[in-house]
Amino acid sequence: MALLQIDNLTVEFETASGWFRAVDGVSMSVNSGEVLAIVGESGSGKSVAMLAVMGLLPWTAKITADRMLFEGRDIQNIGASERRKLIGKDIAMIFQEPIASLNPCFTVGFQIEEVLRIHLGLDKKARRERAIELFRQVGLPNPEERLNHFPHQMSGGQCQRVMIAIAIACDPKLLIADEPTTALDVTIQKQILDLLMSLQAKNGMGLIMITHDMGVVAETADRVVVQYKGKKMEEADVLSLFENPKSNYTKALLAALPENATGDRLTTVSQYFDGTPEPAGTSA
Amino acid sequence: MTEIKKSNTMLEVRDIKRDYELPGGLFKPKKIIHAVKGVSFSLERGKTLAIVGESGCGKSTLARMLTFIDEPTSGDLIIDGEKTDTRPGHLTPEMRQKVQIVFQNPYGSLNPRQKIGDVLGEPLLINTKISAAERRERANEMLVKVGLGPEHYNRYPHMFSGGQRQRIAIARALMMNPKLLVLDEPVSALDLSVQAQVLNLLADLQDEFGLTYVFISHDLSVVRYIADEVMVMYFGEAVEYGTRDEVFSDPKHEYTRSLFAATPRADVESIRARVARKKAASAA
Amino acid sequence: MADTITDIDNSPEALSSAALRRKMLREFWFYFSENRGAVIGLYVFVALVLIAIFAPLVAPHSPFEQYRDAVLLPPAWLEGGNISYLLGTDPVGRDILSRLIYGAQYSLFIGVFVTTLSLTSGILIGVIAGYYRGWLDTAIMRLMDIILAFPSLLLALVLVAILGPGLINGMIAIALVLQPHFVRLTRAAVMTEKTRDYVTASRLAGAGPLRLMFRTILPNCTAPLIVQATLSFSNAILDAAALGFLGMGAQPPAPEWGTMLAEAREFILRAWWVVTFPGLAILITVLAINLMGDGLRDALDPKLKRS
Repeated sequence: MALLQIDNLTVEFETASGWFRAVDGVSMSVNSGEVLAIVGESGSGKSVAMLAVMGLLPWTAKITADRMLFEGRDIQNIGASERRKLIGKDIAMIFQEPIASLNPCFTVGFQIEEVLRIHLGLDKKARRERAIELFRQVGLPNPEERLNHFPHQMSGGQCQRVMIAIAIACDPKLLIADEPTTALDVTIQKQILDLLMSLQAKNGMGLIMITHDMGVVAETADRVVVQYKGKKMEEADVLSLFENPKSNYTKALLAALPENATGDRLTTVSQYFDGTPEPAGTSA
Repeated sequence: MTEIKKSNTMLEVRDIKRDYELPGGLFKPKKIIHAVKGVSFSLERGKTLAIVGESGCGKSTLARMLTFIDEPTSGDLIIDGEKTDTRPGHLTPEMRQKVQIVFQNPYGSLNPRQKIGDVLGEPLLINTKISAAERRERANEMLVKVGLGPEHYNRYPHMFSGGQRQRIAIARALMMNPKLLVLDEPVSALDLSVQAQVLNLLADLQDEFGLTYVFISHDLSVVRYIADEVMVMYFGEAVEYGTRDEVFSDPKHEYTRSLFAATPRADVESIRARVARKKAASAA
Repeated sequence: MADTITDIDNSPEALSSAALRRKMLREFWFYFSENRGAVIGLYVFVALVLIAIFAPLVAPHSPFEQYRDAVLLPPAWLEGGNISYLLGTDPVGRDILSRLIYGAQYSLFIGVFVTTLSLTSGILIGVIAGYYRGWLDTAIMRLMDIILAFPSLLLALVLVAILGPGLINGMIAIALVLQPHFVRLTRAAVMTEKTRDYVTASRLAGAGPLRLMFRTILPNCTAPLIVQATLSFSNAILDAAALGFLGMGAQPPAPEWGTMLAEAREFILRAWWVVTFPGLAILITVLAINLMGDGLRDALDPKLKRS
């Protein structure tokens, strides 16, 4: 049984010019201990799909799906309190802007202990110990001291480590990372990715990595879903995706990478791909 | 192409420095931040120098000094064989027209309330006496050159995608026939497919107008593709400076090496190696 | 390599500028009409404008004519009411409905005059303060703080006392009291916009300070100013009514709503309608305009529009 299974998910928003379909009939699944990368450019609906799973979309969004199961449990029609118990505990998420994702009014220690209190009901001393242990796990030096710091006293990379610590505080079964390294420098990106991968391997959790960066996909994923304009273009394991891409869109994306440049001009997407979202004949 | 004989050096920078003063409070002394600590380089006509570094290394400050937005604390700026007086009010209009900049964020660099035609016509309106009809004609010509069309003349910026806006920003920079173009992360806010198109456009324009580029970036794969010479900056200092092949094949400085090591690899061999490593680890 | 035009990102479809304007207007209406209160406010306000313009046609009587045989008549639906005086008459026999209808003219005039005056002067000062910063900014802002430190009505009263009572002086006083809000708002908007790249780009193109201030920056600060202007409009009406009530604004026999209230003060217990209807008129007008301002904010706030 897959950890998370989504069948035929569609998300629509109402705009001035009618309904806009951000996600269009996407199906995917993740198993425990697996890293799934969802790759796509802006407007491909890659984040929206996961926000729909988390129930974090505004009420104006219209979400329909044939099935949305987490550990075999329906998560499409569960109540708000039920969902709150699940989210942050069994499913956790980290975001692109680490500094903006932390509340600037409270110390990071308070914020991580809040999660421990709400979901695990630990007492004060146990919370403190667990927080220190988590900070140590994500590689923050001097965790005892760090707990009393405010987000603005830390760098972006450190804030992302705190976010990861909060996300894994309750040993989630699934971690969704939405462009976790896009706002960070390459050297920090490397550290954060290494951290995520080692935590994933150790805890055996499922990891969904949402990204636009083919390099990040290549360095992390087991399986890859390529999205374009809300549609799933291709799904393949990472090696065959890079070695032998099926859909024209994926071929175009890979050809447009500057490191794959041949001659003195880059191959542009339009040379492979005419812009119509036509999925290749592959399935999960 | 007639000016090549004059001198082959387009831009020479000698020991340029920039300090920022953080105003002190009642009880704390003033603090001086050395953003750029004495950088020197020279750049030949028609070539591209890439300046690489992570956030806070001073590369954007350097760009702002090269385009006269900020005044250097000390050091000389020799553009087209002429020593530039960078004090505010002393800059000649001719010098100002020789150097132009393209900013990173195409969503912030165009005035939301200005039509594209007025964006392009503004430099002509301010600096020349040519008629409105001719301004329009020149703007339309430039639109075609950057891959847009005269039908875009009356549109507002919000009607364009990021890539198209960056084309418009490039067109605006070229309206006064500059010789040196400073590109401050011009493609890092763009999607991969659009990035390739904009990079190709920049290469085409360089050939056509004999432009000299200072290309600021944090993305090594882009730099490797576009640069003739590369300078790596770290905490306000140029730690590595040489031709592209020198820097990429034989990096001298520790920091450059760590930067290369951190850059994600998207080639099939390294993915295969990683997948194999992971399999071995899970089997063990 | 001539493939550059075929951006796969959706290129805007060809539109004439008239169609463009229509499209923008439609978009504006879409976001505005999502706020039901705002639409109701707009209808009430439009009705008010129409009533004010066509007052001579709509009003059943002259606002000044005193019907000696019909003093303090109750509204038509009460015992002793007369169908010819729908909302009753005041202590000297004038038709209240007619006076209210003509009063709309005063209110709208006050709103337009005060808002224009405080808006233009506030923008001018605010742009200068926000653009130049430094000691000029400090001086201007401290002055504005001093004005804001007074209770607004009290300051208006003092000013009217100096200038002398009357509608025009009252309006000038109110404009002066409302103007610091515009200064602050403009200054804050200019300061944020000034750091944007497009301003730097314009400066690099050679634009001087005047062009930068009024052509480049100011058009991008309009959204909060429009919202503040609608709120000031209702504030002006409210303050003018208060001045009128205190005898310092419009002078009798002008059918200004605040003045009407003041004239009828002594009859509050005996004839409730002489105070209730002018009060209601003020309440409904101010409420309608404020609701409309809310809707404008929703429609003009770019943060809410991004999707």
